[in-house]
Amino acid sequence: MNPEIIETNLDDYKKLVESFKTEGFEMMVDLTAVDWFRKKEPRFEIIVQLLSTIHNERKTIKVFVNDEDLTIPSITDIYPSANFYEREAYDMFGIIFSDHPDLTRILMPDDWQGYPLRKNYGSGRIPVQFKNAPKVD
Amino acid sequence: MKSKDTKKTGFDKFKNILDFWATNSEEGGWNISSTDEGSQKMLEDESDKQVKIQMGSDVVDDFVIDEDTSDDERMIVNMGPQHPSTHGVLRLQAELEGEVVRRVKPIIGYLHTGMEKTGEELNYFQGPTNTTRMDYLSPLFNELVFSLTTEKLIGIEVPERAKTIRVLMTELNRISSHLVALATGGMDIGALSMMIFGFRERELILNFFEKTTGLRMNHNYIRPGGVAADLPDGWQKDVKEILKIIPEKLQDYDDMLLDNPIWKGRLQNVGILTTEECFAYGVTGPGLRASGYEWDLRKSQPYSGIENYDFEIPVLNEGDVFARWRVKVLEIFESLKIVEQAMEKMPKGPYKVQDKKITPPPRKRLDESMEALIHHFKIYTEGFKVPEGDAYVAIESPRGELGCYIVSDGSSKPYRMHVRGPSFCNLQALPVIMTDSPIADAVAAIASLDPVIGDVDR
Repeated sequence: MNPEIIETNLDDYKKLVESFKTEGFEMMVDLTAVDWFRKKEPRFEIIVQLLSTIHNERKTIKVFVNDEDLTIPSITDIYPSANFYEREAYDMFGIIFSDHPDLTRILMPDDWQGYPLRKNYGSGRIPVQFKNAPKVD
Repeated sequence: MKSKDTKKTGFDKFKNILDFWATNSEEGGWNISSTDEGSQKMLEDESDKQVKIQMGSDVVDDFVIDEDTSDDERMIVNMGPQHPSTHGVLRLQAELEGEVVRRVKPIIGYLHTGMEKTGEELNYFQGPTNTTRMDYLSPLFNELVFSLTTEKLIGIEVPERAKTIRVLMTELNRISSHLVALATGGMDIGALSMMIFGFRERELILNFFEKTTGLRMNHNYIRPGGVAADLPDGWQKDVKEILKIIPEKLQDYDDMLLDNPIWKGRLQNVGILTTEECFAYGVTGPGLRASGYEWDLRKSQPYSGIENYDFEIPVLNEGDVFARWRVKVLEIFESLKIVEQAMEKMPKGPYKVQDKKITPPPRKRLDESMEALIHHFKIYTEGFKVPEGDAYVAIESPRGELGCYIVSDGSSKPYRMHVRGPSFCNLQALPVIMTDSPIADAVAAIASLDPVIGDVDR
């Protein structure tokens, strides 16, 4: 097992991130989600990449989100750089980050329906509008 | 005598016209006061000071940041998405108080094309065609990070020549990317010659890329298992020309800008970003190094054997726009050093791994060998399978840490492909830089962060 990868649960997640911050991991470089649709239970996994420039070390935190409420505490108060990444995860996967200062869609239009990077969201489900194309009902 | 007469008549003619105007005005004569009401009033309460202001000999600087202005004075101004200084389609919602930016919110997503979703539908062999289009100013870095992540998942090591070609090409790409950053940064501030110069020198490098990869941008040259093709014949000549010309031109830029009072006045002490702010907002690359913190993944977490090259990391302490500009210029010199060393030590040997399951066989072998034809067919139809697992690899792109996170489920397509673009993260620091600074400095601040919207929106 790679010591850089830490799997945790939802209750300890925020405490763990906070303890890493005090240990000298001063930068949160990446936060993303993976949709394990029909492969794993629970469905969504959040992956956080931390970087310590003092120790020259990386840590990967993996945590699964409950299927019922899809809610996970936000870490923007610990690492402000998580702001855009959490908005992106909300936009693409529909995961709700509680206590996030501005949890809105970031890449997709505000009125968009659905979450594009979910596995059950087929690409090409929205037909492309070509000029003078015959209308399909 | 004759000529004198004609001159006199000419003057008379002229005088008649003057008389006509003089007689038609109210008062007549040469001292005509204006009939305009506003001017009449101004004449009444004009003082010496007023006259000086009107004549332009006394400049009043009444720009004072007043803390007690009511909320009604605030104005929300939309900058972009179609604005030349936003480097693409970045939209900024700025709350202005007079000329001071009080709050700003970057609104992104205008160039979102769902590349991470597309990445899940292309196999590992096709992957670089997709990632290369993200950060369009440094496409080779995107290909490199995708290839390194795939190679980490498979657990293969590419040959020495492939590594050296990768270093040579990416460092040339860093130079061309920084040249565009300097060029567009100069254009935003008004140094229009800089724009022409930067793009002119970049063309040298792009010509070399075209010769090597077939395309000026979006090369798809670095692929999992090595590179797509060997360097062309006589490539040393082109690289030597680049190594000769670029330093001379950089000297020209320095002659033009380094001691230029306008350039300094616009950039120094503007848009300051401290090291703590860089850490908090995840700013990496030239932004972090200009704030006095030495951090470069090429030194601390080296990739593709870049630890074997002799180069320095330029670090400046000011943290302002000028420092960020200067760091980029100095980094070009360091990249030139690496390119020169890579050219000299270019080893002989294969330019891709000789595992026929990962890299396609040479074209010539298809006519001779049945196995080669089978491998070729298998790779181009279904690609190669990658063992289950996940990997995150980061490299130092011209804009900072470029990371790629791939989850594999054992098939020939990534189950999830995520790219950590440096521009996306650096853009979060924009409100910090712009808040409580005049709107004229905003453009300089955006240019110094050098965001590439293709990398932001993906």
